[in-house]
Amino acid sequence: MSAANWRGAMNVQAPRAVAPESPRAGVAPPPPRRFSNPVRARHVVVLALLLAYPWFATPFFTFQIGAQALALGLIALSLTFLGGSGGMISLAQMTVAGLAGYMVAIFGSAATDGANLGWPWWLAVPLGMIIAVVAATFIGWLSVRTEGIYTIMITLAIGVGFHYLAVQNYAVFNGFQGMQKVFPPTLAGIYWRAPVPFYYLTLAWALAGYLFVMYLLRTPFGIALQGIRDNPRRMHALGFNVTAHRVAAYAVAGALAAVGGVLFTWYNGLVTPGSVGTGWLINILIIAVLGGMRHPVGAFLGAIVFVLLQNFAIDVFDRERFNLVIGVVFLVIVLFSRDGLLGWWAALSARMSTQRGGTPWRAASGRSYAR
Amino acid sequence: MESRKRTFVRALVAATVIAVIGGAAFAQSPPPVKIGLLATLEGPFAAGGQDGMRGAELAVRQRNGVVAGRKIEIIKASSDAKPEVAVNATRKLVEQDKVDIMVGPLSGSEGIAVKEYSKTQPNITFINGSSGAQATTLVNPSPNFFRFNTDGGQWMVGLGKAALDKGYKRVMVIAEDYAFPYSQVQGFMTEYCKLGGKVPVKAWVPLGGKDYSSVIARIPKDVDALVVVLGGADAVNFLNQYEQAGGDKPLVGGSITVSQDILNYKGKRRDSLVGTIAGAPVADAYDAPEWKAFVADYKKNFPDGYPSPSLFALVYYLNMKATLDGLEAVKGDLSDGQKKYREALSKLVLKSPVGDVKLDANRQAIGTTFITEVVKDAQGNLYNKVLRKIDNVNQTLGVPPAEFKVGSRDEPNCP
Repeated sequence: MSAANWRGAMNVQAPRAVAPESPRAGVAPPPPRRFSNPVRARHVVVLALLLAYPWFATPFFTFQIGAQALALGLIALSLTFLGGSGGMISLAQMTVAGLAGYMVAIFGSAATDGANLGWPWWLAVPLGMIIAVVAATFIGWLSVRTEGIYTIMITLAIGVGFHYLAVQNYAVFNGFQGMQKVFPPTLAGIYWRAPVPFYYLTLAWALAGYLFVMYLLRTPFGIALQGIRDNPRRMHALGFNVTAHRVAAYAVAGALAAVGGVLFTWYNGLVTPGSVGTGWLINILIIAVLGGMRHPVGAFLGAIVFVLLQNFAIDVFDRERFNLVIGVVFLVIVLFSRDGLLGWWAALSARMSTQRGGTPWRAASGRSYAR
Repeated sequence: MESRKRTFVRALVAATVIAVIGGAAFAQSPPPVKIGLLATLEGPFAAGGQDGMRGAELAVRQRNGVVAGRKIEIIKASSDAKPEVAVNATRKLVEQDKVDIMVGPLSGSEGIAVKEYSKTQPNITFINGSSGAQATTLVNPSPNFFRFNTDGGQWMVGLGKAALDKGYKRVMVIAEDYAFPYSQVQGFMTEYCKLGGKVPVKAWVPLGGKDYSSVIARIPKDVDALVVVLGGADAVNFLNQYEQAGGDKPLVGGSITVSQDILNYKGKRRDSLVGTIAGAPVADAYDAPEWKAFVADYKKNFPDGYPSPSLFALVYYLNMKATLDGLEAVKGDLSDGQKKYREALSKLVLKSPVGDVKLDANRQAIGTTFITEVVKDAQGNLYNKVLRKIDNVNQTLGVPPAEFKVGSRDEPNCP
């Protein structure tokens, strides 16, 4: 995607930064507000719906749809952050997530002979995340020397390499069987894998990850990163260390993926070489593209659609050909929208505001985060 | 006044008629029994999963879709042989589609994962599809998980003796590196080692491996035969490369090694396949009338299926037939957390095309194993002749349960 496109994509943020009482006519550009985002009615509604969801949804919808979508969304968020704000598409995000899951299983407890150390969760989980972040940093350090399709290739190579390592290594990764029965701890008398507690656990981490990314995009680091995405040579000339910023972005994305990976491992109750296979590497890219990369919320929207399709496509069509439905839906979304579901949303709200006499979003302001 | 009265009477009559018809309809057709059916319609075992579904459907069609007056409603789901996908599909069938009984999954590690999930749903009865890992019913069995098929270890009982009868005193094992081949190798070696055979080298190769040159280079000169437990494309690749390397050792096959696709193999070594012995729960050339009737029924119902039902079709058929026979035994009564139904299943002696199947205390099948040998018929086609039929093979392979260990890379061992 070209720099001009990215700037156009980022402009969708502008109306959101406008204070609610300011006129929508856009005669005068609104004052820039960098470090806070006004809380709007729709934010409150969405948050209330998310919090109330388990009270009207069945345990199946709470756990398999809700919690799974949030955990996957968190992993996809790491790619949305890297791709949308850093301009780097990494296929190795599931590898980082899977590594975190593996490490939690190896340091903690799993039903595997001999391979795990059985340490308590408060040691195993942070240690697993640290190792995953170190690995993500290393992956970043290797791949920031490349651009575009070469980044995709090198991260794919790392992902596939890790998959084969996990398949063939028995001493640490327990080969084809992987780690079985990796469950969250029972804390404060609550079994955290029961549908409702697990939903709130994933919701808390997903919200934390989302708000963290929203905050980070407004910090000097986030703004410099977006500048590097748009024009690395100019940023270099301005004295920014381009490589260091990109590697740091990989580390941040690695932390997000690690949290998502641990949650996803707990969700499945296991982590096997299949969890870090090519299929999942690509699924994360599909989720991110499906939702749209212009805003962090796209990762979660994509994850919801992905999980719903995975579960219910088989009900709407011939049961032995249900993958066709999934493929067609993906194709339609990607074909008819420049930026996934968020692209549709933007087009829709632009049309609405024109009908109400306002200006389309694209013309509302020429401001982007980088200014 | 008159008209109001008439209206009232009419309404009363109408209500009575509706109540009677409704009640009669309710009495005549009790609610259908929903059965979830899970197999792999994607991934490496997609063809096997499709044939498994055919087998399960055949069992339903033989009863015209009705058991004890209750209609049978089948809800299908798919996985791709990954345990987490199998659990997600099962959870959807149980919690969202509200099935009464669950049949599936297809492969070993899926079976273990679904068995663990079954413990969280004590009011639903789970019946295996075709998964054959020993641990499913041997280690921490679940009170509501039943398996009416024998496992990968049981399928190889009798093969050790057959190998020694052929004069193979030392063999090398070449097998894929996961739970199912571990069970198969154990089934072979338990008997073979006890009778004095030696296995100096075991080579574990990754599933879906392409290059066997390093394994072929490791074959010792002094072994009499190779025990090859590889499936589908892996077996074809191995045979091709072994032929190119000039290998000439006779083979002993696993349950899915010497299947029809291998026998149709066109290489020069094709004739050397003659004499290959193998163990399996199914034999194409078995001549019992029940088996012949089953094959004829399969062919009639599924003209697009295989020339002869595959292992997956047979095993799904067995499990679905047991599901329906058990339902018949309790007259479709699934009340009280399906307690009566489970008792009936535990006591069931399944009349199957390959002989009677009954369950042990872990709800695991005790059944028949066939030892087969590849022979050439008059037209030059290769087929599997039944050498020996062994009934009542139990899960611990005749070893006392206390001494029995689940098979692994190093268990058993007799170098």
